Amino acid sequence: MADFEKLDVQELKDMARTIRQDIVKMVHAAGSGHPGGSLSATDIMTALYFNVLNLDPQQPKWKGRDRFVLSKGHCCPVLYSVLARRGFIDVSDLTTLRKYGSKLQGHPDMHKCPGVEMSAGSLGNGIGCAVGMAIAAKVRQEDHKVFVLLGDGECQEGSVWEAAMCGAHHQLGNLIAIVDVNRLQILDTTDKVMKIDPLADKWRSFGWKVLEIDGHDMAQVLDTLNYAKSIDGPVAILAATVKGKGVSFMEDVIKWHGAAPSEKELGLALSEIEGAAK
Amino acid sequence: MEATRFVFGKEILEIAKTHDDFVVCNADTKACGIEAMGDLFPTRSYSIGIAEQNLINVAAGLAAEDFKVFACTFAVFVTMRCCEQVRNFICYPHLNVTVVGTHTGLQVGEDGATHAAVEDVAIMRAFPNMTIIQPADAVAAKAIAHAAHQFHGPLYVRLHRNPSPLIYDESYTFELGKATRVLNFGDDVALISSGIMLQKALDAAGALKEKGIKARVIDMSTLKPLDEDAVLEAARATNAIVTIEDHSLIGGLGSAVTQLLSEKHPCHVKCIGIPDVFGESGPSEVLYAKHRMDVPSIVAAAEQVVAKKR
Ligand SMILES: Cc1ncc(C[n+]2csc(CCOP(=O)(O)OP(=O)(O)O)c2C)c(N)n1
Ligand SMILES: [Mg+2]
Repeated sequence: MADFEKLDVQELKDMARTIRQDIVKMVHAAGSGHPGGSLSATDIMTALYFNVLNLDPQQPKWKGRDRFVLSKGHCCPVLYSVLARRGFIDVSDLTTLRKYGSKLQGHPDMHKCPGVEMSAGSLGNGIGCAVGMAIAAKVRQEDHKVFVLLGDGECQEGSVWEAAMCGAHHQLGNLIAIVDVNRLQILDTTDKVMKIDPLADKWRSFGWKVLEIDGHDMAQVLDTLNYAKSIDGPVAILAATVKGKGVSFMEDVIKWHGAAPSEKELGLALSEIEGAAK
Repeated sequence: MEATRFVFGKEILEIAKTHDDFVVCNADTKACGIEAMGDLFPTRSYSIGIAEQNLINVAAGLAAEDFKVFACTFAVFVTMRCCEQVRNFICYPHLNVTVVGTHTGLQVGEDGATHAAVEDVAIMRAFPNMTIIQPADAVAAKAIAHAAHQFHGPLYVRLHRNPSPLIYDESYTFELGKATRVLNFGDDVALISSGIMLQKALDAAGALKEKGIKARVIDMSTLKPLDEDAVLEAARATNAIVTIEDHSLIGGLGSAVTQLLSEKHPCHVKCIGIPDVFGESGPSEVLYAKHRMDVPSIVAAAEQVVAKKR
């Protein structure tokens, strides 16, 4: 693997601000896209790509890499941004999000964008794909890990639980699912649309170890991800987050699930992220 | 007589003994005998349970890790319960998964409508990147097992529940995308069939000969991509085509052939297949007769298109 200095907590926080700015800029430039769930997952994704995951941007298909599957594919702005900042793609690619001919499709395409492990966009499926990848690593006796990020609304899909059952049945010690529990989905709160609680009990009863964290406490996010990597899974990390985190007018506001900021809103968002407590 | 599904499954297990480059995912069905893979090679067979969506997603994940995967269960489930997973996670990312669907068409017989896949080809045909093959008998099923093993990419293999007549001898070779001209009595009419309906097409050709009508019979073992050259050559020679399939008249072989011919060589065509209805319990021959898919109906259809030419 190419030399890479893992970022420490302070550096990760700084990087997360850059990622958040990328997200709002990309979605603004695209004129559409999903900032809310990208921003709620930013701290987790930053910790993963700049500390936890063993990766080589020069060789995206390097066999020993840790795998990361974005099951909630609509949140690709955060994935594209970390891939760019980590050197898989150019930062200048980010403004092509959702444009004709771009490697940054509206939902990720594993053959168009280096570093994307699995095409996504249809909710409830990435975790099953991750199970397949984890089985592959297990039977080949490879020691990398397979991470997958899901939405909390996504957990309403039956196929998530088919995969959860399967991950435990096949004793996939190398599988780590992270749920971005931002409490919102498209139409309303998860409570109003379809209750998913008690979520930790559900994962536990499916045979998973469960870790519950504050998804915006960078030190805790980092420690937990690295701890999950060190123990025998399957592990589910339920991360309590705020949808739209980092941009006050987007925080916990349903509309920002899938809306592009205007020029003015973009300016506000950028300066707010810039000025956020360091 | 053997069922194509068991011949295919048995041959895959044979191939497994000398090739360690593929794995199998099962969904708790005795679909094609491939389920026994776990007894032979425990690390190459994965039980996914009664969870077809996950069957396909796990297969996709394994294929993304460069495993060739066979995912097998009844066609009605593997093409419909997890239809969207086949589309979005096998076909769209062009992954190396062979989807094996058994129990297709009215040949299923007694199990009835819920288990008789009569629209699977229509659905799979619509997906970009998908290739579809269907053997006409046990010999072809064996050859197709090897072809599927060597194939790279999304593939749907359509198999049959009950034993069906042997047609080919060991000289048969399967070539992907190439139809087989099984019989050629002449240029009056071409009977194009896919799958186990081939025996009926051959019987019809024999009956037509007695009536002075010279038919040729073509086995369209690759349903997608369609062997356009074979269809056009037959159409140019005969100007009278009958398609025969154990599948809905919507979206299968008949649709593919008529679409091609209406653009490239309009001529008289009659399509034999299941009208827009579900299957039902009953002996398959009774069901074929009910839907005018039996030999006398094929003969009558051929006579009609030949008459129109005159
Ligand atoms: C199978 C499927 N059904 C519906 C959608 C449409 N959709 C896109 S995002 C979304 C809400 C997702 O909510 P959640 O999983 O909580 O994600 P987040 O809040 O992190 O954005 C829905 C329903 C989809 N992409 N896939
Ligand atoms: Mg949510």
